[in-house]
Amino acid sequence: MSDHEYTPKSKFGKWFNDRLPLLTLANHLTDYPTPKNLNYWWTFGGILTFCLITQIVTGLVLAMHYIAHADMAFDSVEHIMRDVNYGWLIRYIHANGASMFFLAVYIHIFRSLFYGSYKAPREIIWIIGIIIYLLMMAAAFMGYVLPWGQMSFWGATVITNLFSAIPLVGEGIVTWLWGGYSVDNPTLTRFFTLHYLIPFLILGLVVLHIWALHVPGNNNPVGIDVKKPSKDTVPFHPYIVIKDGFALLMFMIVFAFFVFYSPNILGHADNYIEADPLVTPAHIVPEWYLLPFYAILRSVPDKLLGVVAMLSAILILAALPWLDTSKIRSAVFRPLYKQFYWILVADVLILGYVGAMPAEGLYLLIARVATAYYFLHFLVVLPVLGLKERTLPVPLSITESVLGGSPNPAIAKNKESLNN
Amino acid sequence: MSDKKTNRRDFLFTATYAVGAVGVGATIWPMIDQMNPDASVKALASTEVDVSAVTPGKTITVLWRGKPVFIRRRTQEEIVEARSVKLEELKHPQTDQERAKDPEWLVMLGVCTHLGCVPLDQKGDYNGWFCPCHGSHYDTSGRIRKGPAPTNMEIPEYEFVNVNTIKIG
Amino acid sequence: MKNFLKLIFLIIIFIGFQNNSNTAEKVEYLKTDWSFKGLFGKFDRAALQRGYQVYTEVCSSCHSMKYLSYRNLAEKGGPEFSEAQTKAIAASFEVKDGPNADGDMFTRPGKLSDKFVMPYENVKAAQAANGGAYPPDMSVLVKARGGGVDYIYSLLQGYEDPPPGVTLDDGVYYNKYMYGNKIKMANQLSDGLVEYSDGTNATVEQMSKDVTTFLMWAAEPHLEARHQMGFKAIVYLIILTILVYFSMKRIWSRIETKV
Repeated sequence: MSDHEYTPKSKFGKWFNDRLPLLTLANHLTDYPTPKNLNYWWTFGGILTFCLITQIVTGLVLAMHYIAHADMAFDSVEHIMRDVNYGWLIRYIHANGASMFFLAVYIHIFRSLFYGSYKAPREIIWIIGIIIYLLMMAAAFMGYVLPWGQMSFWGATVITNLFSAIPLVGEGIVTWLWGGYSVDNPTLTRFFTLHYLIPFLILGLVVLHIWALHVPGNNNPVGIDVKKPSKDTVPFHPYIVIKDGFALLMFMIVFAFFVFYSPNILGHADNYIEADPLVTPAHIVPEWYLLPFYAILRSVPDKLLGVVAMLSAILILAALPWLDTSKIRSAVFRPLYKQFYWILVADVLILGYVGAMPAEGLYLLIARVATAYYFLHFLVVLPVLGLKERTLPVPLSITESVLGGSPNPAIAKNKESLNN
Repeated sequence: MSDKKTNRRDFLFTATYAVGAVGVGATIWPMIDQMNPDASVKALASTEVDVSAVTPGKTITVLWRGKPVFIRRRTQEEIVEARSVKLEELKHPQTDQERAKDPEWLVMLGVCTHLGCVPLDQKGDYNGWFCPCHGSHYDTSGRIRKGPAPTNMEIPEYEFVNVNTIKIG
Repeated sequence: MKNFLKLIFLIIIFIGFQNNSNTAEKVEYLKTDWSFKGLFGKFDRAALQRGYQVYTEVCSSCHSMKYLSYRNLAEKGGPEFSEAQTKAIAASFEVKDGPNADGDMFTRPGKLSDKFVMPYENVKAAQAANGGAYPPDMSVLVKARGGGVDYIYSLLQGYEDPPPGVTLDDGVYYNKYMYGNKIKMANQLSDGLVEYSDGTNATVEQMSKDVTTFLMWAAEPHLEARHQMGFKAIVYLIILTILVYFSMKRIWSRIETKV
């Protein structure tokens, strides 16, 4: 992995390293040459690692007290909230941690979209990222079922019923998922098992994600290839570590506000009512981070096609490296793409908004237009734009763009947006 | 000049590390404390037992904090035997008076102090209890006389609420 | 940096907006000043104690609170009745226990570790006694309703004669804050219904506020600890952030001035 051979200084270190090159790995990680112009949008990789570890640790703790049984799950959650030492704190961190995790992952994804980080030679990193994102959604959904409140129960019913849209075998698959004729105790116990498993799968994929990243190295705001190590790069430690640490702390302040001062604002009141198979809540809404996809699902008036549209909306991202035909990575040098990028951001936010609204009247119309635009962006705008767009001149090195003094006025002008 | 600068830098980094370490410690504590007995477990710490049906020479076993408690109404011979033992003979010297407030009633945790098994009543070389796991012999006061157990069987906190009721814990 | 903060800020507003929009179609609730809101919010002890009185004397004949124990009434951050008072409260309830040595169930006076005694054996019995409507368990009721404390507070004072054109079945009442306006619980509160031992005038408004405060504590018994810890945690994080910021500046100054 490393360009230079590393030899430990101590005799024991050398002996150990010859047998298990952990020290070489540690040395690679600390010395890893990172573009020095990375802005704060690049700190979300570190923040996401923190989120994953937080969820795993608090989740392990909760699993020590939680009882995965339809008759006892709700009670055991209340037991955690009331009697377990610091149980309320740990549960609120875990519940809000899921939201913070998604907040961070969306920023991470949209950063990648803006700076073209998914493009060659980083397609594998991107696709692993999409798989991680899918697993996160599965884990979040199953985790939301565990407290066995009304939203848990009905959310589980609605989402598992999506599979019934599959022709011929759909009903059989749903019964198999449930382990019965409705969402019930067998469903709860298997969801608990999978909810426990998935984070470790994610952890494994994160290792691959980082491994794949360390082969070509980081993209950067200018989007050009960086010779490494060179004067365009800095060692990961301490430069990037401290910068990630600073951003992480800012993020933790926001996190703490949610946990300590409005721990239930991101949840839904109905989930404090114990699951009742006889009564459906008036409004079934998924957690905020799934709303855009929920809106896409509901905007299609056909059951099967709705499910297909929703899944395609996620899977289309995996094809992005090939749909985007532009040779230039960073949106900084793509004036038109930049406009479309912000339209996409707005489009997704609109989808999220209408996803929370009743699927009727104007909301439905907006959802349909926004869904159509979402696909249009990836299937038409990106391929055409890459071929037609007149891009701005790209600097030859980071140092040139950072230090300015470039004879090219366009580059000097773009300095501002590069450095944020 | 340059010395001063180094010092200030050192101070900044040291302060950052120190403050960071405090935070890590404060974060770890809840993760550890959550495994301690919770509020509902602590609240169940006392139990009341009706002993009106226990005749001399009988033992009842009740559950307290998930462990057995032996409540034995001792016969005169047992009391005499327990009180005539010389302290020097004991591995863990304790008088019977210390162990039984009311000589007729012996209330103790029925847990062998060796590795936590439940000893058998009226067995062993000293007419008291015998632990079948690793062969510890206890006398009529529940004191260790022979075998690997290091100390006498523990006496929990208890009191007579009235003549027929003992409150343990 | 600035953009970064702006975006975080926007997203938080967006999330908050999302959440509010879920309950947007509801009527304006009555407002009152809750002592437990805000960064340093704490419960009003006297209100909690009065609220408990209202709950026991009025609500508890139909509504259970199955997640609360009598010991909770003495715990820090709650009504903080004294140990002796709490024991007396617990002992005033008959608790079913058993089986005894003969295999029979028996009743005994309550202990601190006992859960609040339930008015009905089970949900079915509660429904049968209340015209088919189950009086919901009140342990987490405040958190289980969209409007939270404001909703409960308003509902208790929201009974009115139905507007013309609205007909009500037997056992159904009109309440302007209830979802759909039809409620199966009759108006329970009237001025002077309970006699507060601290001499507070038991108006409907006062009782509504007290019992709602009590319900808020019941749903969130660690609220005070949470607020206190939250303040400390955030102050700590801000201090550490500042330290890390200057450390970062120092480290990056080795290669360039801008971070």
